[in-house]
Amino acid sequence: MPVNVISAGIATTIQDLGRPGYYHLGIPMGGAMDRLALRAANMLVGNDEGAAALEAVFVGPELEFTEDAIVAVTGAELPPKLDGQIQPTWTGFEVKAGQTLSFDFLKNGARAYIAISGGIDTPPALGSRSTYAIGALGGVEGRGLQPGDALPLGAQPVGASAGKSVPDEMRRMPGKPAELRVLPGLYWHRITEAAQKGFFEDTWKVANEADRMGYRFQGGRVLEFVEREQPFGAGADPSNITDACYPYGSVQVPSGTEPIVLHRDAVSGGGYFMIGTVISADMDLIGQLQPHTPTRFIKVDMDTALAARRERAETLDAIRQTLA
Amino acid sequence: MSCRYTFGGDEHIFVEVDEAMSLEAFFTSLSMTNAVREAKIKGVTEICPANASFQIKFNPDEIHPDDMMAELKRLEATAESAEAKLDTRIVEIPVYYQDPWTHETLMRFRERHQDPNASDIEYAARINGYDSVEDFIKAHSGAPWFVSMVGFVSGLPFLYQMVDRQRQIQVPKYLRPRTDTPKLTVGYGGSFSCIYSVRGAGGYQMFGITPMPIFDPQQQVSYLKDFMVFFKPGDIVKWKPISREEYDADVAAVEAGTFMPRMAEVTFSLDDFNADIDGTNAKLMEALNAG
Repeated sequence: MPVNVISAGIATTIQDLGRPGYYHLGIPMGGAMDRLALRAANMLVGNDEGAAALEAVFVGPELEFTEDAIVAVTGAELPPKLDGQIQPTWTGFEVKAGQTLSFDFLKNGARAYIAISGGIDTPPALGSRSTYAIGALGGVEGRGLQPGDALPLGAQPVGASAGKSVPDEMRRMPGKPAELRVLPGLYWHRITEAAQKGFFEDTWKVANEADRMGYRFQGGRVLEFVEREQPFGAGADPSNITDACYPYGSVQVPSGTEPIVLHRDAVSGGGYFMIGTVISADMDLIGQLQPHTPTRFIKVDMDTALAARRERAETLDAIRQTLA
Repeated sequence: MSCRYTFGGDEHIFVEVDEAMSLEAFFTSLSMTNAVREAKIKGVTEICPANASFQIKFNPDEIHPDDMMAELKRLEATAESAEAKLDTRIVEIPVYYQDPWTHETLMRFRERHQDPNASDIEYAARINGYDSVEDFIKAHSGAPWFVSMVGFVSGLPFLYQMVDRQRQIQVPKYLRPRTDTPKLTVGYGGSFSCIYSVRGAGGYQMFGITPMPIFDPQQQVSYLKDFMVFFKPGDIVKWKPISREEYDADVAAVEAGTFMPRMAEVTFSLDDFNADIDGTNAKLMEALNAG
């Protein structure tokens, strides 16, 4: 029995943990921008952590249920309403057949994850239900949600119960200003020492062009390049390189002006130099940044990056133990 | 050629074979990525060859980044001693140059172009020293091309022409990228041709369009039923100029499920190629025409 989409919000998509393995063909791994929030939402409703759920951006959808289920909303503070009654976030709650789930205004963050017990059971593409609209893969017929869609659910998990909650201290949201840790590298040597210093000193702001492909930042100083004769095949602008692969999280700065951090639906390559990469532990945070959020980039080394990764894994384990 | 190794955060290693594009750099990139695949290194999750560089994605919970780096450096020696030889295929791609759809699109974005009073292909012909667009098309479609990278978005091939550097066509990208490019546009930027696999934004000059889909997520196109992406790095492409009538016939054949790309299996040796470029290309064409 499906969940009926009455209204779709702004850019609500079906996401799971993505489809790794096809980046060499220009198909990004995709999946939830805030992985920890997706996993937590699924745990709260008794699903596998990687089950497909809804990723709602800024505005929630309106959904009509035709069977009983457990629902949890995590990530951004986007308060769910059941037949108009506000429900807690980061907490599993029961929904009965015939009830309608809608959302109040966004209070904090950018992306909410709406997990439904049983998981959304649309057909997978290349091993994932994640929506990749550019390639028309996954989701509902390769696109985001639209009014009138009927979302099929998988079998209800055995022994799942509502009422579990993720403690406050295990919910991870960016601070103010947001801090994103960056490991310098890639084409870091292409900018001057002064520019290298300035990039980490300045406070940037999230631009309006901020989506699943990447987040653009504005407001810092223009980066100065080390002079060189441009290599054959690279293009004339000093920020150009011979088209190469782009790591997830890599920070490219076209013409040295506005840094773009590539995210889960990254373009797999192109002709712009990159000054480094946001560490894996901080990728989830980017998905929760609203436009105009002040942001600092923090320079770190590999040991710090790996320690942060372990810390994030420990938080996830703590959530697992709490909800087990 | 000595590679430059650098970390892309805690999950990627980026290896620049050369700053400049060349077939030698591309071959090193391809043979090193092949060596990485064969070595089956624990923790490797993605192997992405590019034009003159490549990238490995790995899980640092399974292998320490420093150990991953050491494994890759060890493989450089193996790849260096490997013969620059490739078993691949040559594929003929029909191109309707100066088609009405890319023309309509380029007219909408003239203010973003270096030469608003000329079409993209007129501009490219002029700055590369060709007397006419016809001569330019002859050069673009005269010698075959290597697919040196697949990426940017879904299954989009970058292609590098198999001629000496003096004969390489070079065209800058648009001053500011377009917000629209027709699906299957044959484009050009820097020293690379490309085929836009899907409709969308783009900065490459637009020369024409191919009737032959190269990405099909529904996997309904007859030759994309096994896999939705047509190209892989190392494929060789020969453009074939076609007329409007041939274009329409090809589109109808694709829709009817009867279109089959012309192709042949070939072996390419970089040493043979460097010793005799035109002769090697002529042999590739013989194989294609016999296939």
